Amino acid sequence: MSTNVNTIRDLAEREYKWGFISDIESESVPKGLNEDMVRLISAKKREPEFMLEWRLKAYRHWASLEKAQAEPKWANIKYAPIDYQDIVYYSAPKQKPTLESLESLDPELLRTYQKLGIPLEEQKLLANVAVDAVFDSVSVVTTFKEKLREAGVIFCSFSEAVQQHPELVQKYLGSVVPYTDNFFAALNAAVFTDGSFVYVPKGVRCPMELSTYFRINAAETGQFERTLIVAEDGAYVSYLEGCTAPIRDRHQLHAAVVELVALDDAQIKYSTVQNWYPGDKEGKGGIYNFVTKRGKCQGVNSKISWTQVETGSAITWKYPSCILRGDNSVGEFYSVALTNNHQQADTGTKMIHIGKNTKSTIVTKGISAGHGQNTYRGQVKIMKGATGARNYTQCDSLLIGDQCGAHTFPYIEVRNSTARMEHEASTSKIGEDQMFYLRQRGIKAEDAISMIVNGFCKRVFRELPMEFAVEAQKLLSVSLEGSVG
Amino acid sequence: MSPLLEIRDLHVSVDHHEILKGIDLKVNAGEVHSIMGPNGSGKSTLAQVLARRDTYEVTSGEVLFNGKDLLAMKPEEAAWEGVFMAFQYPVEIPGISNVYFLRSALNAMRKARGLDEMSAMDFLPMYREKLNLLEMDDKLMNRSVNEGFSGGEKKRNEILQMAVLEPSLAILDETDSGLDIDALRIVAKGVNAMRSAERAMVVVTHYQRLLTYIVPDYVHVLMDGRIVRSGGPELALELEETGYGSIEASTSAA
Repeated sequence: MSTNVNTIRDLAEREYKWGFISDIESESVPKGLNEDMVRLISAKKREPEFMLEWRLKAYRHWASLEKAQAEPKWANIKYAPIDYQDIVYYSAPKQKPTLESLESLDPELLRTYQKLGIPLEEQKLLANVAVDAVFDSVSVVTTFKEKLREAGVIFCSFSEAVQQHPELVQKYLGSVVPYTDNFFAALNAAVFTDGSFVYVPKGVRCPMELSTYFRINAAETGQFERTLIVAEDGAYVSYLEGCTAPIRDRHQLHAAVVELVALDDAQIKYSTVQNWYPGDKEGKGGIYNFVTKRGKCQGVNSKISWTQVETGSAITWKYPSCILRGDNSVGEFYSVALTNNHQQADTGTKMIHIGKNTKSTIVTKGISAGHGQNTYRGQVKIMKGATGARNYTQCDSLLIGDQCGAHTFPYIEVRNSTARMEHEASTSKIGEDQMFYLRQRGIKAEDAISMIVNGFCKRVFRELPMEFAVEAQKLLSVSLEGSVG
Repeated sequence: MSPLLEIRDLHVSVDHHEILKGIDLKVNAGEVHSIMGPNGSGKSTLAQVLARRDTYEVTSGEVLFNGKDLLAMKPEEAAWEGVFMAFQYPVEIPGISNVYFLRSALNAMRKARGLDEMSAMDFLPMYREKLNLLEMDDKLMNRSVNEGFSGGEKKRNEILQMAVLEPSLAILDETDSGLDIDALRIVAKGVNAMRSAERAMVVVTHYQRLLTYIVPDYVHVLMDGRIVRSGGPELALELEETGYGSIEASTSAA
């Protein structure tokens, strides 16, 4: 195996290529969190009263949890305590954040997004991808708004939605992830500064992929965004988010919330390519990614699919879930999580079957390299009334080297005897046999590792929109940096 | 003319246990050599060392391939130079289709040799032709590499890869093991179609059976890490009659 070890070590020399810092003057508030800070954020965003009230309730709830030291501790991750008073809760590029055209955008900001390969200029847009970009805490531009408006689709920053569509925000905000849900969801509700909002009216099939790019730039800043997607009866939408951050010595906190609501016959497909800065080879720096994502299949025959490719972050703590309330509703979760160097991931899903004949599918692929620790944690719950519910779960782990770990924690709770459950799990190691076979056929060692890993993840990549599947494969190859010995 | 492959006094160990105890062998382009021997004689070790598997420790000796130091090469470098090994136990690569794998391998070789990559348009007709030669089902090609293949299908797949990659030295490591007579014939047909003045083959086998179909120019008997006898194809027939025991007896008597 000595040659493999060297190859992996060579790959480790590659840098995180999204690690640059943009020189943009930003407007930040002082560090720390208290009621006044919540009021300040709400005031800066000129929010209506109901928002401030909601934030304050969330803040008080969070403060009580913090006082009781009720930060969740059950996950299989280790990190030094987070000092919540040492974080900047609001940072915005210093200019008017609501923009009428791209010309008025800071050219440095445009260059940043170009470096990231994000097509902000409409003429350069990939056909049929509308982009919302969130820089530090605020959304800077949403493209293709007009074309979407014609179709009746609302796709805008969360701040804008609060101003323009307060009735929709009020109706759905917190309806899937209430601020009382968990420690990080409460924190997010109190201080979230922006995010994306999507509303697809009855019978409308969204004419393009919607996409949001999140970027943390400022130092010692947390990013707390909130996304809300509502698909009315018979609507369809496919949404993709991508994330990057500069290389910073200190850990940065990212605590996001995503809520999805699917009414009768509606479908929401939500894809994530998460590549936050993972920290360096020794585990210094990197994003702490504590995210609550949940979808509610409220209507009959509705469907929510989560697909995630998680290659970044020092810590990933996230469980995109589905509440299958409507009869015949379908929940899906497809995941690739890669941990390398000192990265830790505790990720999985929850499928809560409430309606009759509800169906869920879980397919996860965990890849551990270097000193990476990768945990699948998933809950499948069949409630009493969920007659004819079905679940299929497949959890596969792949180990590269002998310093890493893979862990699987499935929780299955069945209260209806008609339920059908399947659970498959496997753990394998990239074998010397496979490596030698590929190399004997002329394929270089690092390409051989990529090929084996991509083959392992194929089932999940198939669920991604085409162009992002290609990106995800490349990202995975680059992220396989690490050392075994 | 200098030989394509020249092995000089090769000693190889695994976990400080000596497996090959001084091998000398010259193989010229255009020749087919068979290495025969009982289980544990070191046949597969020799094949794998030539293919540059790094689980073996070469303690002394040298191997020249095209005049270059083969033992200094990584497995992929040896492959680029033209060394191919058909595996005794081909491995499975889940999620990677056979056809994608084969084109990736071919293009990796072409790239290393400074040639342009072959487009799918050019690749497919060539590949179909080889597929027909080995009487392989088209459907296998979109399946993952060797996954769910029968023993015979795996071995045919090895020869298919050889036919596409066109090596200058093909090492067949017990390609006949686990094959029924029909599969054996098809594999032999594929191998024989590859025989040419520019290409050499080293056929490693326990049994004479394969050599009825792939008739070698030279036969070498490997026992306990040494080549104890060499001869023409008739040596294989003699072995079939008398078994390895007789050679053991005659060499120890000598």
